[in-house]
Amino acid sequence: MEDSSPPLIRSAALAALLAALLALPLLGVRLVDSANGLSLSGRPELVAWAAGGVFCGRLIIDLFRRWIRDFSIRLPVPPPPPEWTRFGVGWALALFALVLPFLPFADRNLVDKATMVLIYIMLGWGLNIVVGLAGLLDLGFVAFYAVGAYSYALLSMTFGLSFWVCLPLAGLFAAAFGLALGFPVLRLRGDYLAIVTLGFGEIIRIVLQNWQDLTGGPIGISGIERPSLFGLSFKAVPPEGQTGFAEFFGLNYSADHRVIFLYFLILALALATNLFTLRIRRLPVGRAWEALREDEIACRSLGINPTTIKLSAFALGAMFAGFAGSFFATRQGFISPESFTFIESAMILAIVVLGGMGSQIGIVLAALLLVGLPEWFRDLQMYRMLAFGAAMVLIMLWKPSGLLSSRSPTIRLGGRA
Amino acid sequence: MRPPPLLDVHGLTMRFGGLSAISDLSFSAGQGEITAVIGPNGAGKTTLFNCITGFYRPQVGRLVLHHPDGSALGLETLADHVIARKARVARTFQNIRLFPRMSVLENLIVAQHRVLMAASAFSLAGLLGLGRYRRAEHAAIDLARHWLDRTSLTSFADTEAGSLPYGHQRRLEIARAMCTRPLLLCLDEPAAGLNPRESGELNQLLRGIRDEEGIGLLLIEHDMSVVMGISDRVVVLDHGNLIAEGSPAEVRGNPAVIRAYLGEPDEPAVVTGAEG
Ligand SMILES: Nc1ncnc2c1ncn2[C@@H]1O[C@H](COP(=O)(O)OP(=O)(O)OP(=O)(O)O)[C@@H](O)[C@H]1O
Ligand SMILES: [Mg+2]
Repeated sequence: MEDSSPPLIRSAALAALLAALLALPLLGVRLVDSANGLSLSGRPELVAWAAGGVFCGRLIIDLFRRWIRDFSIRLPVPPPPPEWTRFGVGWALALFALVLPFLPFADRNLVDKATMVLIYIMLGWGLNIVVGLAGLLDLGFVAFYAVGAYSYALLSMTFGLSFWVCLPLAGLFAAAFGLALGFPVLRLRGDYLAIVTLGFGEIIRIVLQNWQDLTGGPIGISGIERPSLFGLSFKAVPPEGQTGFAEFFGLNYSADHRVIFLYFLILALALATNLFTLRIRRLPVGRAWEALREDEIACRSLGINPTTIKLSAFALGAMFAGFAGSFFATRQGFISPESFTFIESAMILAIVVLGGMGSQIGIVLAALLLVGLPEWFRDLQMYRMLAFGAAMVLIMLWKPSGLLSSRSPTIRLGGRA
Repeated sequence: MRPPPLLDVHGLTMRFGGLSAISDLSFSAGQGEITAVIGPNGAGKTTLFNCITGFYRPQVGRLVLHHPDGSALGLETLADHVIARKARVARTFQNIRLFPRMSVLENLIVAQHRVLMAASAFSLAGLLGLGRYRRAEHAAIDLARHWLDRTSLTSFADTEAGSLPYGHQRRLEIARAMCTRPLLLCLDEPAAGLNPRESGELNQLLRGIRDEEGIGLLLIEHDMSVVMGISDRVVVLDHGNLIAEGSPAEVRGNPAVIRAYLGEPDEPAVVTGAEG
């Protein structure tokens, strides 16, 4: 590649020159306030640093670009895996998730992180209904997560209802909010829809932040009831009239029990979401979602009412976010508007897009990559976002349509898919 | 002797700003007939279809669809998906509109959404896997298979619709429209881009639909061999006005039609396909 190195140097030199010119007035001179009044003094070393820095930076970027280009050509693009492998991978992952807490290397920390990843997987699966299947770009998904969390917290604190009663109620509330958002935005598509949903997400957060009497404002709600297993408490000292989990099973009390219980709870919720989605994809509503994503006008010419189909996608996606939200509230025992910022919506959307829009297993992989890995490298806090960005860029270069973007038909001639 | 009317168009006017795409158009299409709608580019043919199927709302006029049971529906007030569902008008598009990333069979199953949705009690019964829905789905597959056979697409049933060759996509769009069990089928230039062999097969298919299903067809077509070969009546539009109506033979000899297609003697000729 000797032939192209001079332009490489030249473009870097050009950039350095430009930087020097810019830095001269910005950094090169300084006002000095002395007894004799204001005077100017030069700082040539800063200009030199700026030019040198830009020179090196530009060189690195160009080299990196070239490397990426060669790299992306060299990387094999694997053919879509045959269906049985995907099926097998799904079952293997589910099995692994089931035994994870009992594996020798699984400590409390790992189970906790796995729980976190599972929350995002569930949220990803919920959003997948809206974005991946129905093709409605929703940037405010976290709003429904928040509605679920606050519904659970408020219902449980105000009426003393148990987690198992509040869970479906929180889902219903979130679904109702999904409908409420769905109505005004039905006519919008693409970018417009994205902007309105983004606004909706922010509205919910700001309301939570300011409705002091109900939500506690920025301080949030704490002391939220922890879940119990059929009335078996996970507290060290079970409340009056309740039996402790450890006591019931004749175990020594351990705080790990609750961590493991929460892990299985979210695993069950997530798997339920997955099964529901897999099933509904094969039903008229699910097929209509995908058809709507493909071509709305054709749908209308076939007698499909886009309004009800879109609303059902919004409501069901929101419902799963609501479930995840109430789980989040019961796990943390404390919620505040801080947990429901736009960055969460962006994260969930990134998981869905990266996973390959509509692929259930793709979402698992993407969640592991985007949530699991950064959790792992917490020690390298400073570089987390950097690594995150680099990973996204690499993946978009390599697989622009997501990790797993192939789709298998929901029905086949002469047999069910 | 004309068959009973299926679609009556009365004084239809459709304006876009200052432009009258259709002005005061009246004609009727008969049951069990193929009615061809022809005219030069920009004559308003697609606009007429969009009015009939509810994608545009005409400013003036009435569109009446007569059902075999004697009831009649005014299409001009109904929403597009209601027209497809209640009035049972199906259509294809000038620029093919399939669900490209779904399989061929799925395209045909989505077309039966209405029936399947009812059978699955808005998908609830389907969620529980009840027998009623399973039977309905089998029936839907059978209907899809029937139209796959009729359009010779059976061997492509499980492939992605978007990956089919152009001619196959055109046929699939017709099959999909037929899976809604329509009373009136509107086809917007179904022969466009087909080779002569495919075009001949299309004629067979359309005649078959007319004779065996007994439904009415409304057909926009530039290919005169198709128009003259299979249509029972021809309606000719030019600049949004009806300039001729009648049997293919009558229309072919009509001086106004020849003028519309070939241009006024002192005007430069217009692009045509009217040689046949
Ligand atoms: N949505 C619209 N907005 C504005 N003008 C329109 C619209 N749809 C159609 N027109 C105009 O109406 C006139 C008739 O268009 P139309 O598409 O119906 O023609 P056509 O007969 O189908 O022609 P072609 O043979 O080229 O398909 C054209 O002048 C067109 O520009
Ligand atoms: Mg047209």
